[in-house]
Amino acid sequence: MTDTLTHLDRLEAESIHIMREVMADAAKPVMLYSVGKDSAVMLHLARKAFYPSPPPFPLLHVDTTWKFKAMYELRDRMAAESGMELIVYQNPDAKARGINPFDHGPLHTDMWKTEGLKQALDLHGFDVAFGGARRDEEKSRAKERIFSFRTASHGWDPKKQRPELWNLYNARKAKGESIRVFPISNWTELDIWQYIARENIPIVPLYFAALRPTVERDGLLLMVDDARFPLNEGEVPVERSVRFRTLGCYPLTGAVESEAATLSEVIQEMLLTTTSERQGRIIDKDGGDASMEKKKQEGYF
Amino acid sequence: MTDPIYVTDALIAEDIDAYLARHEQKSLLRFITCGSVDDGKSTLIGRLLYDSKMIFEDQLAALEADSKRVGTQGQEIDFALLVDGLAAEREQGITIDVAYRFFTTEKRKFIVADTPGHEQYTRNMVTGASTADLAVILIDARKGVLTQTRRHSFLAHLLGIRHIVLAVNKMDLVGYDKTVFERILLSYRSFASEIGITDFTAIPISGFKGDNITALSSNTPWYKGPTLVEHLEGVEVAAQRDVNSNFRFPVQWVNRPNLDFRGFSGQIAGGSVKPGDAVRVLPSGKQTTIERIVTLGGDLDEAVAGQSVTLTFADEVDCSRGDVIAAADNPPQAADQFEATLVWMADEAMIPGRAYWLKLATQSVSATVQAPKYEINVNTLDHLAAKTLELNGIGVVEVTTDKPIVFESYADNHMLGGFILIDKITNATVAAGMLHFSLRRAQNVHWQASDISREMRADMKNQKPALLWFTGLSGSGKSTIANLVEKKLHRMNRHSFLLDGDNVRHGLNRDLGFTEADRIENIRRVGEVAKLMTDAGLIVITAFISPFRAERELVRAMLPEGEFIEVFIDTPLEEAERRDVKGLYKKARAGQLKNFTGIDSPYEVPESPEIRIDTTAITPDEAADLIIDRLLG
Repeated sequence: MTDTLTHLDRLEAESIHIMREVMADAAKPVMLYSVGKDSAVMLHLARKAFYPSPPPFPLLHVDTTWKFKAMYELRDRMAAESGMELIVYQNPDAKARGINPFDHGPLHTDMWKTEGLKQALDLHGFDVAFGGARRDEEKSRAKERIFSFRTASHGWDPKKQRPELWNLYNARKAKGESIRVFPISNWTELDIWQYIARENIPIVPLYFAALRPTVERDGLLLMVDDARFPLNEGEVPVERSVRFRTLGCYPLTGAVESEAATLSEVIQEMLLTTTSERQGRIIDKDGGDASMEKKKQEGYF
Repeated sequence: MTDPIYVTDALIAEDIDAYLARHEQKSLLRFITCGSVDDGKSTLIGRLLYDSKMIFEDQLAALEADSKRVGTQGQEIDFALLVDGLAAEREQGITIDVAYRFFTTEKRKFIVADTPGHEQYTRNMVTGASTADLAVILIDARKGVLTQTRRHSFLAHLLGIRHIVLAVNKMDLVGYDKTVFERILLSYRSFASEIGITDFTAIPISGFKGDNITALSSNTPWYKGPTLVEHLEGVEVAAQRDVNSNFRFPVQWVNRPNLDFRGFSGQIAGGSVKPGDAVRVLPSGKQTTIERIVTLGGDLDEAVAGQSVTLTFADEVDCSRGDVIAAADNPPQAADQFEATLVWMADEAMIPGRAYWLKLATQSVSATVQAPKYEINVNTLDHLAAKTLELNGIGVVEVTTDKPIVFESYADNHMLGGFILIDKITNATVAAGMLHFSLRRAQNVHWQASDISREMRADMKNQKPALLWFTGLSGSGKSTIANLVEKKLHRMNRHSFLLDGDNVRHGLNRDLGFTEADRIENIRRVGEVAKLMTDAGLIVITAFISPFRAERELVRAMLPEGEFIEVFIDTPLEEAERRDVKGLYKKARAGQLKNFTGIDSPYEVPESPEIRIDTTAITPDEAADLIIDRLLG
């Protein structure tokens, strides 16, 4: 056979190799599942890696209670389909204090996501957590390892990363340390879309354009996904044909106006688009240029 | 300038499905760029990203603003800013490291490993090169072949990169002069052949102006070769080559969902496999036949190098993680002693004789490294005598593993010949290695199985063998207490043997001094002797300072679980120095004794010894009783 593997074949094989390699040294691994397209691809790869066994770890959704309704639906469906245990964690402090994106700004992400993640990992004693981050997303991630070490307090020290040569990963760690593993580090946004198309992977319908009730805030188009959305005086949601390029908490995720209703059209739009993927996300912007890096040192995924 | 490589927008807009169908068939090339900021490396990478439309409008707007603010190109776009200038990293105090960038053309997806080029970043370049199919060596046309060019070429070649591109950059600054290009080519060729690079492609470019990057430039009508991107799109990638070698499959994970299915998961490291193929499981050498190639999408008729699959056997043959499934008629060897090239990557220097974890493919074993045969100066390529390897040091060494591993030479198979060393205490990856060949075949050194077992020997003495390993500072009371323990054991009719530090140095270890490396070898030998004695059924008592945790753990690992009893004679330094039974502390303080533990050489306190004796709280006699209680109780 002289046919060469395509770029998607090679990326797939690499990701599967990484996931299986984790099983050699991990005591209690878990897969962080955020229900977005990257998570969808990562889950699909996990099912491929261990077939005919189900993936030998649970899915963990660190929930903020503010995700889109459609995300919760797909999450429950995919957990059932994959035969994996689904752990949903909601930070009880954030819940008790009623932390929300409208009133609390950056504290919302900090408490629900950053703190929530640490609490969930500690509570269950997970020593390895798979995450769906990609290196092409953001400057500081371009330098992050596939196996990324966290101290007992979940900190990330960019100066103490282990070199990764060939396909050899050193997953040894001291008691209390944990590892975040990013099996799709080398995938780009286009790769993700092409793979979703090739493998027919179910994704949240919000990625496709449809008429949705929206309001415009600070230059972002926000979807009014439920009655908790506090409308300003005189503000009336407008039905617009929109879709989302990334998914997170609905009050923090900007939609783009679009008519792309199929996967091909979405990819077409992505290829012709002129703004980068994370632009619709508020989270990168607070704290300036090094903000993601700072968040990561504090323990945000 | 027309741009034939990237005129895809029309197709995207007109027939997205046709576009996608074509792009699904793209292959992947990983390459590394070697050069420093001054060579225009960042500008070149930025240019490649820009030309392949990997830059979005918001990023471009930011880039234009930044270019005017801090750029070095006047009012023009400074592409270097796109790739996160190293200066910025330095300001932020972030590790100058390997960054991976991505871009796509019509024919290929590319992953670029971007590493700094200075000598102090050799380890970063080696890391980036380990996964690269191709290396772009940048030369500033004004400066020609420099020391760093030689270093980069040597490292690329060392890591087995087959495709070398010599990108003679900044041609615009030498007036696109053909003779400049040819002079550089000539001087590079003679150097390249010296180090074994037989084939390379030289391209005159300007990353800044865009000459010969995606389209042949009218500024260099004398150049008839491919553009840089054309060349990157055309070269053969590693995976293609590996398909034609022998089948190799390191087992990662045994897949056992139920009693009816037993599969072996891994990534094919060479060759191809079909159901019905005869294979061998190494190192056992057992033969069987491949029954199925299982994937979620259905069974495959064939799988090739690079693919991650799950295999099943026609027979019940033992196979677990670390084993290698290989073509039956051409299996790789197993051995436990090798010659290898080592690149040291840790701040702490290599310690000859110390045991490290060695990971090769999916095999993890304990391994020791001897002092280098020689170190290689990466600038001059001279071979130098060396006792150790420091950070970024490259040397040829002998590696011994505690059990045979399945391997091939790195030149034949990167996946079965490349390895890393891991520090057993810090868990840091401290070195990368490339195996050359085995120094002896393990299969020729069989363990002599004797008819009388160690259990039978111990039974005859009516005791359980053990090794009481005393550790502590000089003058802490090790020998005194050890002596008392042995006397008491003797009175109880126990068969014991005391190995004393000073005594051993008069005979067995007469050839060893007190350097760190010699101390380690001292302990290793004592460990081996003590092990033989426990095999004979004895209770062995040793009294050595044994200051390094790693060596104590090395001896612990030699013995069956539970037989190594670490006895920490805990005497504070001030107290030991106050006693100074042999007058050694005085000498050390006066500078007459070098490498004296506690003074100018460290003592690593045991973290969880089986027994800890506080000599400031109990007498030696009480200590001896306590130890015997723990031993026999």
